[in-house]
Amino acid sequence: MNAVIKATGLQKSYGGNRVVDGLDLAIRKGECFGLLGPNGAGKTTTLRMLLGLIAPDAGTATLLDLPVPQAAREARIKVGVVPQMDNLDPDFTVAENLLVYGRYFGMHDSEIEARIPSLLEFASLSHKRDAKVPTLSGGMKRRLTLARALVNDPDVIFLDEPTTGLDPQARHIIWQRLRELTQQGKTLLLTTHFMDEAERLCHRLAVMDNGKLISQGTPRELIESNIEPQVVEVFGETSGEWAGRYAASYAQRFEVSGESVFCYVQDAQPLVAHLQAQSELRYLHRPANLEDVFLKLTGREMRE
Amino acid sequence: MNHFAMPRLSLRFFPIWRRHWLVWKKIAAPSILGHLADPVIYMLGLGYGLGSLLPEMGGMSYMAFLAAGTVCYSTMNSASFEALYSGFARMHEQRTWEAILNTPVSLDDVVLSEILWAATKSLMSGAAVLAVIWILGLSNSLMSLWMIPLALLIGLAFAAIGLIMTALAPAYDFFMYYFTLVITPMMLLCGVFFPVTQLPEGFQIVAGALPLTHAVDLARPLMNGTVPPQALLHIGVLLAYALTAFYVSLVLFRRRLSR
Repeated sequence: MNAVIKATGLQKSYGGNRVVDGLDLAIRKGECFGLLGPNGAGKTTTLRMLLGLIAPDAGTATLLDLPVPQAAREARIKVGVVPQMDNLDPDFTVAENLLVYGRYFGMHDSEIEARIPSLLEFASLSHKRDAKVPTLSGGMKRRLTLARALVNDPDVIFLDEPTTGLDPQARHIIWQRLRELTQQGKTLLLTTHFMDEAERLCHRLAVMDNGKLISQGTPRELIESNIEPQVVEVFGETSGEWAGRYAASYAQRFEVSGESVFCYVQDAQPLVAHLQAQSELRYLHRPANLEDVFLKLTGREMRE
Repeated sequence: MNHFAMPRLSLRFFPIWRRHWLVWKKIAAPSILGHLADPVIYMLGLGYGLGSLLPEMGGMSYMAFLAAGTVCYSTMNSASFEALYSGFARMHEQRTWEAILNTPVSLDDVVLSEILWAATKSLMSGAAVLAVIWILGLSNSLMSLWMIPLALLIGLAFAAIGLIMTALAPAYDFFMYYFTLVITPMMLLCGVFFPVTQLPEGFQIVAGALPLTHAVDLARPLMNGTVPPQALLHIGVLLAYALTAFYVSLVLFRRRLSR
């Protein structure tokens, strides 16, 4: 078996509400796998089951060939975790956070101390070695959390929404570091609801909603198999009216959202030619992307 | 995962204990002062104030009578504060437990480390109060050195009981109930300030079931240089509180964190 993380028929309910519903997953060594889904889709619960922190109601899972949750503790020796919310030790400096965390893996202080300089360099935090955590920016805290997840030189890294709440500069640094990790042969499992993040980083993706996987494949496969290749977005006060009269005749599929109309087409030329003559409407023609797939699969309604 | 499984204990608690110790070292001076000021002021204030009106209590000066009770209740308080407020911060507010549980450490190890750490705080505050007592010459028996392991035992019992509250607490406010309904009554009923035998019979029966009474019954003879009567019974009661409460808190934490 060369799946580093494997789940079969995983199921979990909370108070009669099925949060994860018959999930099958196989994540291969060295790949970056993205779990996409709206809030409440069951992503975090899935990660917690795969880490062996909670037991599934049904189904089985293995992590690095060990059954979880039964042998989760042993499996986690070679796993790193970047949680959704920062849980660094606020009383400690940057270096102390790494030292103290390494000890939980049974590492000797000398062994951890030897790794700290390279971890800090990887996180671009060498100059902050003795800074206290509350003085760090959001991006620095995330990078420290990532460095902390690497203290035990893990084979697999779980990342739960690693760039949520970061500014674009900070996100780009994180993406670059995650790419370096996959180049080193580490296996990454990340959850996100940023489609650009998923498209840039992940070799394979699965879209999850209401506890089920509804589609999976490479980013390109997901786009090709789920959606028309071209998108024309039409904006303007009269766009709704326009959609009622013309959209169906030019587009294979269209959706109205407020004053925007999203037209999904095989060939955009006839539609674009038509729109050029409509002076009261603006439009944007672009190739279909993951966000389109995501919205098609999970709908446009707010999830709260 | 069976919430009722027996605790699986290992030495993996130790790196977590060391974490708490490292945090404490950074605030050691104000912490020691805080732990000392309150009990010592009570002891001296009541000891001189009331003591001048009372010829003696339980066959000793009132100040010496208070000294034993003071070590016990300050030890109880420091374990309780650590297990409730600091423990809740680590579990809930700072998500320290969450970070630790992502490593090859189990919840059993985390809860054990909390109890042992809170008991360590008790040990430190018990030793600090004891030092003041020695300096003031209120006890000059070597037997009073037994107060140090006793402080640890009292700490274990109250840490474990306190962690049950932490496991049930929705927020910090909840702890007020515990302090006003459990800790303060114990301070007043368990023989800290006056002998339990002064109380009406009903209260005496209640006091007999409370852990602090057994702690005080051990402490007062030790401070006075005599072997406590029924020492094994008192030790047994404190141990039973510690072990039972540890198990109950662990079950509650397993349930709470599996959601």
